[in-house]
Amino acid sequence: MPSKRSLLTGAHFMNGDVACAEGAIAAGCRFFAGYPITPATEIAEHLSQRMPEFGGIYIQMEDEIASMAAVLGASYAGLKAMTATSGPGFSLMQENIGLAVMTETPCVIVDIMRGGPSTGQPTLPGQQDVMQARWGSHGDYATVALAPSSVQEMFDLTLEAFNLAETYRVPAMLLGDEIVAHMYEKLVIPPPDKLRIVNRKRPNVPREEYMPFKPDEDLVPPMACFGEGYHFHATGLTHDERGYPQTSSSEAQQKLVTRLCNKIRKNEDKIIRVEETMLDDADVAVVAYGIVARSALSAVRKAREKGIKAGLLRLITLWPFPEKRVAQLAEQTKAIVVPEMNCGQMVLEVERKAKETPVAFLSKLGEEPHTPLEILEEIRRNS
Amino acid sequence: MAISEGKFTTKDIAEKPDLFLSGHRACAGCAPATVLRLIMKATRGPTIVTNATGCMEVASTIYPYTSWAAPWLHTAFETAGANASGIETALKILRKKGRIKDEQVDVIAFAGDGGTFDIGIQALSGAVERGHDFLYVLYDNEAYMNTGIQRSGGTPLGAFTTTSQAGSAVPGKLENKKPIAEIMVAHDMPYVATAAPYYWKDLIVKARKGIEVNGPAFLHAFAPCPRGWRSDPAKSIELSRLAVETCIFPLWEAVNGEHQLSTPSKVIALAPQKKKPVKEYLQVQGRFRHLFTPKYEKILDEIQRFTDERWNRLLKRCGMTPPAKTA
Repeated sequence: MPSKRSLLTGAHFMNGDVACAEGAIAAGCRFFAGYPITPATEIAEHLSQRMPEFGGIYIQMEDEIASMAAVLGASYAGLKAMTATSGPGFSLMQENIGLAVMTETPCVIVDIMRGGPSTGQPTLPGQQDVMQARWGSHGDYATVALAPSSVQEMFDLTLEAFNLAETYRVPAMLLGDEIVAHMYEKLVIPPPDKLRIVNRKRPNVPREEYMPFKPDEDLVPPMACFGEGYHFHATGLTHDERGYPQTSSSEAQQKLVTRLCNKIRKNEDKIIRVEETMLDDADVAVVAYGIVARSALSAVRKAREKGIKAGLLRLITLWPFPEKRVAQLAEQTKAIVVPEMNCGQMVLEVERKAKETPVAFLSKLGEEPHTPLEILEEIRRNS
Repeated sequence: MAISEGKFTTKDIAEKPDLFLSGHRACAGCAPATVLRLIMKATRGPTIVTNATGCMEVASTIYPYTSWAAPWLHTAFETAGANASGIETALKILRKKGRIKDEQVDVIAFAGDGGTFDIGIQALSGAVERGHDFLYVLYDNEAYMNTGIQRSGGTPLGAFTTTSQAGSAVPGKLENKKPIAEIMVAHDMPYVATAAPYYWKDLIVKARKGIEVNGPAFLHAFAPCPRGWRSDPAKSIELSRLAVETCIFPLWEAVNGEHQLSTPSKVIALAPQKKKPVKEYLQVQGRFRHLFTPKYEKILDEIQRFTDERWNRLLKRCGMTPPAKTA
């Protein structure tokens, strides 16, 4: 149960970065390792101030590689742990994100997306890291990524990311963007009894029988932490259920990597969250996420005023991708419009499921997201 | 170690066209900008500059303008040393193959304290170990100023930053500054020096030595930042003098690992009564303001003790005798 000091129940006016930091605290995060980078720095700054108030740890590392590695260590030591960064730092973290996948280490990575590639436009928004969140580290894996589109969601979804990380033992990602991170809005932090907080499954077998990577039915193995008396071996090498390296066994590779993918795939109905607006009778569906979804909502409403049956599917979970829902929508609608602040990323997923239904992509890069009128125009063209 | 040409008189320097031009967007009182300008006065011919992410990269190249009258490349935060290695090696090969004239082209890498003490040390260390012929300039403003004042490995003990808060629980940064120049000396590299912009001629001559020396050279330039240090923008250059006079930032060079004090610090070594107490340097900066309250006074003593300790160790390295301990 969070203490009064750690959970600031009540209404606040704050920016998205600070809301994200408070969401982490509410989720029980007591370890943050990070490195300054615009537009995510405020998360680190806020936690450097807040963590000491209730015995949490803020540690500034020498770079993002180190930040991610420290988070893995802290999670295995038993704390809920998080880091926050933006594009260039997210790139540096990828190897250790893969290690988190392989060692099934629950942790949260916040990536406040700015314009890329490279240093790009540090103070402007982007949605260019959404595929990197899915495929950024080498090898096959599946993980979870959430896309907040308000300050409230920066809080709610950070907490949710911790719950998913702890439930499925994965590095869960929160993909915010510079606007959501820097804008100020009302945030309501609920009382402790209204928060749903999930903690990792602990082993319930005698110590000598514990197999650190033997999954339960949900494909997730219970997790012991350092110093709890369980013997375990965690490695980035392909391993068996004991955790011992199996570097020349095809069977071990097949079994482990398939399970790492399946523990998300087979549980996707429990994980996926979308928000639907006026889709029941829609002829044109807009699929959007993050800050762009707010323009899209306005565009859909304006379209209805003009007699066009438009609706919005807002992706809250980007990964796993809600493919079933998109496939259903494709059957029902005449066209799908996908506005994104990149050169075409999630639209590829939509196209994959839309089959014959035309998909119109609307790209926008730079300072501002799509205006409602720009999206409306695209809806009209496709209605 | 003598330099091959020019004496760098005021006249010489004034007559030499700038390679780091005015009109950049650095803040008022930005010492790093002064450091860059002075160092670019030390070049001997065609020079290529690589610049890690940081204040000076951003402030000197706001689109569509540039302050650089030399070929200039922005490299990622962690890679100034590696990027310079690539440039220098390519030049060497091109010269060998006769693709460029056999004239000297120098390479200078600029990086701040974040890009050197922390994220960039691996690339720097590798470049020096491989022995690339380039000058690495660390402009040290003692925190990540570009992202808004976060602590770095170069931030001194007790300093307030936005990630080493000064409040009731924490008295600013809890750790000492990494001795980066000594770490570079330990690489057995041909030339390492420290410099401060108040002693502008010393700084230019050292930069020139670093350019002329065959192999890697490292210049640690002290560079006050009024925004981050919460100091008077008019006093930045004076602060760089006070840092030397209090022995917080002594000036020295190490040629092939042999330390030697530079004149401003040598004067203090020979006449220890000239050494000022660290308080004189700390009290004019807002980032140390909390140390002048009863709760955190002890940290002032700790800073003085640590400064003396490092200074005495440096004196020994320079073959000078530290003053006898007074009880």
